[in-house]
Amino acid sequence: MQQVIRDKALSLLEAGKVDRVLAWKEGEFFYDQTPHVFKTAEEINRSLVYNGFSAANLSKYLVKETLKDGMIAVFLKPCDTYSFSQLLKEHRIPREKVWAVGIPCDGKLDIDRIRKAGLRGITSIREDGDRLSVSTIYGEKTVAKSDALAERCENCKSRKHIVYDELIGSEGEALDSGRFDAVEALEKMSPEERFAFWQKELSRCIRCNACRNACPACTCEKCVFDNPASGIESKAPASSFEEQNFHIIRAFHVVGRCTDCGECSRVCPQSIPLHLINRKFIKDINEFYGTYQAGENPDERAPLTNFDKDDMEPADAFRKGE
Amino acid sequence: MMQKEALLPEIGVITDIRIDTPDVKTFRVVTPDGKKPFLHVPGQCAMLSIPGVGEALFSITSSPTNTEFLEFSIKKCGCVTSFLHSIEPGQYVTIRGPYGNGFPVESAFLGKDLLFVAGGIGLAPLRSVINYCRHYRDKYGKIDIVYGSRSMQDLVDYREIIDEWCKEEGINVHLTIDREQPEWSGHVGFVPNFVKELGFDTGKTAVLCGPPIMIKFTLAGLQEIGFQKDQIYTTLEMRMKCGIGKCGRCNLGDKFICKDGPVFRFDQLEELPDEY
Amino acid sequence: MKKIALQNLPKLFSAISESKALYLPVDTESGAEFRLYREGDTLSEACNTNRSAKDFFFPQVEDMAEFKVEGKKIEVLDIRRESEEFVIFGARACDVKSFEILDSVFLADPVDTYYKNRREHVTVISLACNFPEETCFCSTFGIDAASPAGDVAAWIIDEELYMTALTEKGEAFLSAHAALLSDADESKVDKKKEEIAEICHRLPLQNLPVEHFKAEKLMEHFNDPKWAELSQSCIGCGTCTFVCPTCQCFDIRDFDTGNGIQRYRCWDSCMYSDFTQMAAAQPRLTQLERFRQRFMHKLVYHPANHEGTYGCVGCGRCLAKCPISMNIAKVIKEIGGEK
Repeated sequence: MQQVIRDKALSLLEAGKVDRVLAWKEGEFFYDQTPHVFKTAEEINRSLVYNGFSAANLSKYLVKETLKDGMIAVFLKPCDTYSFSQLLKEHRIPREKVWAVGIPCDGKLDIDRIRKAGLRGITSIREDGDRLSVSTIYGEKTVAKSDALAERCENCKSRKHIVYDELIGSEGEALDSGRFDAVEALEKMSPEERFAFWQKELSRCIRCNACRNACPACTCEKCVFDNPASGIESKAPASSFEEQNFHIIRAFHVVGRCTDCGECSRVCPQSIPLHLINRKFIKDINEFYGTYQAGENPDERAPLTNFDKDDMEPADAFRKGE
Repeated sequence: MMQKEALLPEIGVITDIRIDTPDVKTFRVVTPDGKKPFLHVPGQCAMLSIPGVGEALFSITSSPTNTEFLEFSIKKCGCVTSFLHSIEPGQYVTIRGPYGNGFPVESAFLGKDLLFVAGGIGLAPLRSVINYCRHYRDKYGKIDIVYGSRSMQDLVDYREIIDEWCKEEGINVHLTIDREQPEWSGHVGFVPNFVKELGFDTGKTAVLCGPPIMIKFTLAGLQEIGFQKDQIYTTLEMRMKCGIGKCGRCNLGDKFICKDGPVFRFDQLEELPDEY
Repeated sequence: MKKIALQNLPKLFSAISESKALYLPVDTESGAEFRLYREGDTLSEACNTNRSAKDFFFPQVEDMAEFKVEGKKIEVLDIRRESEEFVIFGARACDVKSFEILDSVFLADPVDTYYKNRREHVTVISLACNFPEETCFCSTFGIDAASPAGDVAAWIIDEELYMTALTEKGEAFLSAHAALLSDADESKVDKKKEEIAEICHRLPLQNLPVEHFKAEKLMEHFNDPKWAELSQSCIGCGTCTFVCPTCQCFDIRDFDTGNGIQRYRCWDSCMYSDFTQMAAAQPRLTQLERFRQRFMHKLVYHPANHEGTYGCVGCGRCLAKCPISMNIAKVIKEIGGEK
């Protein structure tokens, strides 16, 4: 697949269809890829990669990249196209400046899960069907691919590409995933247990802002948390309340717009399952207003920015929380 | 015995507030028992804060030779400064310092003819060194002061300039404003051009302070008339939190403005990134 | 040289925690973290904790003072309490070296007494790395993973922990717990050191070309055109800064508790856009300038001010944690000339 993508990038560039190509650049090891804007064929042949660790969702980079002159090509996995579509809907990206290439994805890998399986000093990883052959400085190991999948891919919501100019490979379907199971488990907890759960998770937060800065739904020019005039500007929690404040307010700000791409949890250096907060909102919206998937339908109005006489009354929502 | 913590401030009391211009006020600060908070060198700064509003660094405008109080001329532009502009005498503030290197008044400046060039609020840090040099008059040669502002009303310390500096022998004051005003009979025009027009003797040591654009063109103008970069000083400003070279934000390359500056010679700045 | 059987470590930990607060790296669901010892905790084998050991001396948030404001009057209240005696057990060579780098900033005149008080109250038991990771590159900075500094250095060999005192504090620590320790000879430790050295030789990043960074070439490095490409995808978060054991930039802010004003210090990051933002100016306008500042600080400015010591210890946390996998190792290779 990597070669197919390289060839596609080269042909788009050579044909003058695009001026730049946004994809993943190889790192020191197999897993540490960096999103990168490629400008030459030489660069593409040398370092454009696509494999199980090409996990970063590139769609948010288009906000910044389309401010520049010229056309940019981007490679989007199915779930990335939901983010791209949502950003288009929010008028954050001018559609005409992007050449979107949909690419297949059979789930991305999480290096931390591989490490957690006890593998140290990992220098390279080869995908052999459903097994991963891992070379380490302490010898060769193998791991089942299913044991190394990222959480968001284990619970993949869709293999369908929402928006694209061309597609590599065949189109997939939206999936019936178990992604709300963990939310249900949280809902079943008593309020005290749930509070303790989030307290434990969120108290690890170091306010590095990686979740916010990676989130394709967080594209404010100036975040309220960075704005001295907002009254809630903060760099670090001065009290334990503030620590929850940041994540809850952020979740509210992206509600109805979060496509559940899972970047927040992927980038969190403290492994906080941040996606669960957003998924709870998604699940609630589904239950309150009927199934809705942000990013799926460019023309549909979002439930929270729409009014319908059958909308759930606030009092009903309140009772539901009791 | 616990060591004194540099980041912990002392209490200061604002005893007098002078309105200098529509957006500049000069604040007089003493300790609660009426003394001068600390000694300093001309060009040094101090951290003033109003708890709950914030802390910010200001250059000390009063001369070290003043034994009674410290003075700060402050332009209203951000959070802390806006608050300071709203207070009345008797208000407590916190104060810590002094910070920075200050001007080389006891070394490089000794015996030299001095040329001070300031624009707008840029006079604030220079007032300290000008008054210091006036006090120890025989240690220095001739003093020229070129000072400009947008309008006559925007000239900081106008009364002191007219009543004291202009009347002193061996000091030449050259004032200018950006645009004509009916009540103004002096020079009209921007500072950099004025400096070139005045055409100073190149043996002088120059000190510049003002908006970046003024600094840039005055520096170029002085070089045009034959000044070397190692004869020209300036004092820089940057966001600071600690004032003691630890919080990490005011560096130009390996130099910290709070600790190694704020006073730099232009030949020193040439070897540093221009991130100011 | 002293030793103790690993199975007896809980006894040692209990004994230490009777008189002092004991912190050690413990495995949690989200990786290894230093935490206050609780009965049943076992020493993690991980090379790196998620958060570095700098937190002990330079915590993310620290209250500095409290102000009582009444009308025009202000009173400063002393709320300081950084005087707890504590032990860090199991800090790695890189983290221990980071203390020295932090010292060079915080203990420089005028001394940061918050930091100093904590530093004076600690006893550091370091632990050699039996299984260095691919992200480790401490040897680039002359750090020996097999011979960590600290007050006491320790090695896990087979089913025993070997310890040797490196300072007076370390001697005092070992003699305070002598009842639980037995004498040991150094031969096994020497062999272990050789083993670790052999592994370190095989590490892919063990010898990065950091020597190309020189204070004399400050402007040349600063103006290197490669910064643009390296910083291109940086999302401007503070992850690298906050997990870094040597990053020490901070902000000082006030918090209105409703009952007074708390002045606190918190970590800050040069990667943030508001780091140098002033009311009327911003000297570092884009992410390029911010990104460059972080690495120039570590590789050029810090050594220029501290006798050639780089502001990095090669712990590899930023390699493992950066959301876009851009890190100091890649910067050293690109700007340092290799690759």
